[in-house]
Amino acid sequence: MIVVENLSVSYGAVRALQSVSFEAPSGEITAVLGANGAGKTTLLRTISGLVTPLSGTVRKDGDLLSGRKTEDIVRLGVAHVPEGRGVIAEFTVEENLRLGFMIARGSLADALDEQYAIFPVLGERRRQAAATLSGGERQMLAMARALIARPRVLLLDEPSLGLAPLVTAQLMQQIRELCARENLTVVLVEQNATSALRIAQRAVVLRVGVVVANDTAAAVRDDENLRQYYLGMVE
Amino acid sequence: MDSFLTSRNVSDLLGGVTSGVIYALVALSLVLIWRSTRMLNFAQGAMAVFATYIGFAILAPSTNYWVSMAVAILAGLVLGGVTERVLVRPLYGKPEINPIVAMVGLLLVLESIAAAIWSTSSRALATPFSIVDWQLNHKPVALSPFALYEIITSLVVMAIVAGLFQYTKLGLQLRAAALAPEVSRLLGVRVGRMLTVGWMLSTAVGAVTAVLVASNFFTGLTPSGMDGVFAFGFIAAAIGGLDSPVGAMVSGLALGVVFQFVGDYVNSNAIILVALAMLIVSLMVRPNGIFTRSAQRRV
Repeated sequence: MIVVENLSVSYGAVRALQSVSFEAPSGEITAVLGANGAGKTTLLRTISGLVTPLSGTVRKDGDLLSGRKTEDIVRLGVAHVPEGRGVIAEFTVEENLRLGFMIARGSLADALDEQYAIFPVLGERRRQAAATLSGGERQMLAMARALIARPRVLLLDEPSLGLAPLVTAQLMQQIRELCARENLTVVLVEQNATSALRIAQRAVVLRVGVVVANDTAAAVRDDENLRQYYLGMVE
Repeated sequence: MDSFLTSRNVSDLLGGVTSGVIYALVALSLVLIWRSTRMLNFAQGAMAVFATYIGFAILAPSTNYWVSMAVAILAGLVLGGVTERVLVRPLYGKPEINPIVAMVGLLLVLESIAAAIWSTSSRALATPFSIVDWQLNHKPVALSPFALYEIITSLVVMAIVAGLFQYTKLGLQLRAAALAPEVSRLLGVRVGRMLTVGWMLSTAVGAVTAVLVASNFFTGLTPSGMDGVFAFGFIAAAIGGLDSPVGAMVSGLALGVVFQFVGDYVNSNAIILVALAMLIVSLMVRPNGIFTRSAQRRV
């Protein structure tokens, strides 16, 4: 579980987040929605320690994450799949996964087999450079690389970006299954509100750095105002 | 066969390889730092010489060669690490001219300190192998036991560095930190530490190089003894591609051979001109280096 309290972030004079508070429970997907520039990516980057907040705290199961280095936050079981996926194109598929396993314990071979079972296409391409993968395959690799270290929290930044609708649907299904099976805390940042709300249990809506809604996904989905003004979802 | 081994071209080739492996090591040393911190270490030669002085001048001259070599390598590791932490770290993200000025400054400072402590007069290093060329039917082969030792040592150092990068967990992290620092941090790689390790490795490789260079009977160890070698190693790295360790090593070796033939067939004064011409042409044709895949896709 992730608890964010009164988090404020600014880039110079520009306020990116303003007293943001919400909870993301374990075993559930919390969607963070909002237009471009609403502060969604900043929120994830602050949780994983890449951005230092002005004030406010982030906790994971009672552990204070704020003030720690990214490298240490990752070791506490918080995996962040960045926007654009962050797959290292020059590395082979397997090298990317080995890098993801670096902080984990146990057998690398078993961990690789496990990920190849979840994402068979990665097993087929284990020796290929990640640069040769399609957009969907890269997203799978980014997910597998995050999951291989057995995280408790998964921060996903726009996983559907640049993917075909069918691929997005499959990916979302996989995220939902993983979340339930591993009792993961998933924070899912998406511009594509429709597909995110379909799998999320909770939703936080941001508008220029301020939380305008923090409710169940169903409630956000049914709120005519939110849909129209903040999520751009038109019937 | 005998006359073949002592022929002019084979002699040039052997002589070229002997100096080429040295350029290759200097180039490798530069590439290690460029890849991780995007800096040209102009003090590479001076740092290497300093480490060599620590190994061979502080210890009594009677000390075992291998002990001195080990101490020089150790000194290289320490000097590289300290330089990165103290001098280089504050320069990250600063305009490109800053590290250049800082590294040239370090070059001058280190050479002056070395001269002040150990004087500028040349110091002969004891060599573990004979530097007299082998003979075949009373004709010399352009290869001495020491030259062979020099070639083998260089190849071993290159193989160790390559193996470290390709097959170890540390190597995986070093490469990741160089290619994608932020993503690496998100996967738990301690990127700052990796940069320090990169400088340590580079300077240790430099120390081995400087020990081999200073073992040359004619020049010996002097504070500025690596300047000339550094220039050729730098050209090799630029031609091969500062991002490509393999390119740097191959072009270092090739440069050594080309220079030897130019020196023999044309004139030894023409070597520097040929070196500059090769650099200019390669920069015009492949500015990123022959071995760097241009326009790599980054995702």
